[in-house]
Amino acid sequence: MREMMSMIIVLTVLTAVSGGLLASVKSGTEDRIEQQIFKFQLAPAMNDIFGKVSNDPAKEKFEIEHEGIKYKFFPAKLEDGSKAVAFQTKGKGGYGGDVGLMVGIDLDSDQIVAARVTTHSETPGLGARAKDDPEFVSQFEEKTMDANLALKGQGGSIDAMSGATITSQAVTLAAIQAQDLYKKLKPEILKQIK
Amino acid sequence: MAQSLAKEFTKGLWAEIPPFRLVLGLCPVLAVTKTVENGLGMGIATTFVLVFSNLLVSLLRNVIPSKVRIACYIVIIATFVTIVELVMQAYTYPLFLKLGIFIPLIVVNCIVLGRAEAFASKNSPVMSVADGMGIGIGFTLSLAALGAVREILGAGTITIWGGNSVFDMATSFPGFNPFTFMVEAPGAFVALGLMLAIMNLIGEK
Repeated sequence: MREMMSMIIVLTVLTAVSGGLLASVKSGTEDRIEQQIFKFQLAPAMNDIFGKVSNDPAKEKFEIEHEGIKYKFFPAKLEDGSKAVAFQTKGKGGYGGDVGLMVGIDLDSDQIVAARVTTHSETPGLGARAKDDPEFVSQFEEKTMDANLALKGQGGSIDAMSGATITSQAVTLAAIQAQDLYKKLKPEILKQIK
Repeated sequence: MAQSLAKEFTKGLWAEIPPFRLVLGLCPVLAVTKTVENGLGMGIATTFVLVFSNLLVSLLRNVIPSKVRIACYIVIIATFVTIVELVMQAYTYPLFLKLGIFIPLIVVNCIVLGRAEAFASKNSPVMSVADGMGIGIGFTLSLAALGAVREILGAGTITIWGGNSVFDMATSFPGFNPFTFMVEAPGAFVALGLMLAIMNLIGEK
């Protein structure tokens, strides 16, 4: 009985201390990690999507809460003068967890400018091609908000990457979620941009 | 005291150098040594975890009940691994992206758990830290050496800290063609096997 108690107490104290320590490290590094993710993941993705922009999307970013999740929106003024907005959605069910997709949408024509995969843990050489080889995501370009962005096998209009159907599906789910979000939040987005 | 301390430290550098003598922890050894930089990063992360987990296991060696000792070691190791993961994300994000899943997998690296069980749980904190440092540095050097061999032969360059090429085969040996096989998985086995053979040859005498 004494042994049992000591086992329970030692394990409980150890895990509690560990939890507390990790929570403080996490809150201490949170802001910096977010900056790093922006610098190394979102900024290059945005650069690929919009090309040259005449404003600073990072400075003008704003957040809109939708169904309990905060989404960050990055407004961009394109070279030809049109206005667009980029935001990230997460496609559920990738091979190694959620697949992040950054989608840029033109605010006047409501068409997708381009999309890029950001955060993912897919298999190198297979699913990871979604990020490394932009050919797959280029299928989203110029699609409207009403286009069916599911895979062709599921009645949509997107060709899956061969050998990486699961990743392809996660990416299309993220794109569909982006369409949905944009349609619902457009009035609020326009209010924030002016 | 000082002598045995030095002995515990230096044994990790040669006599018990992890991948070559103990042949432990091969998963990261084979997977991340495509370049010197990856090998160094992985080695330093493992060393950090090894030193602190050894220190804590040693400090708590009389408190931890023997029946739940493995669970306790795992909690301690996992805590430090998560700290390393968060700090790497905050300060060396590109390296973190390259090492990917292998950082969280340090938790199950048998070197770390092996040192906790075989050494730190029976020795004083000072000795355990010396042991962790020695084994960790030995592990780092092994990864860097293997990374160097594979990078030179496979890519023809040595690149560290931020993309400036320190050494370029093509300029020293015109007509050198990168041997891509070496940066792929089978190349890792071949390079490791050859290095093991050389180590055994030197150690034999």
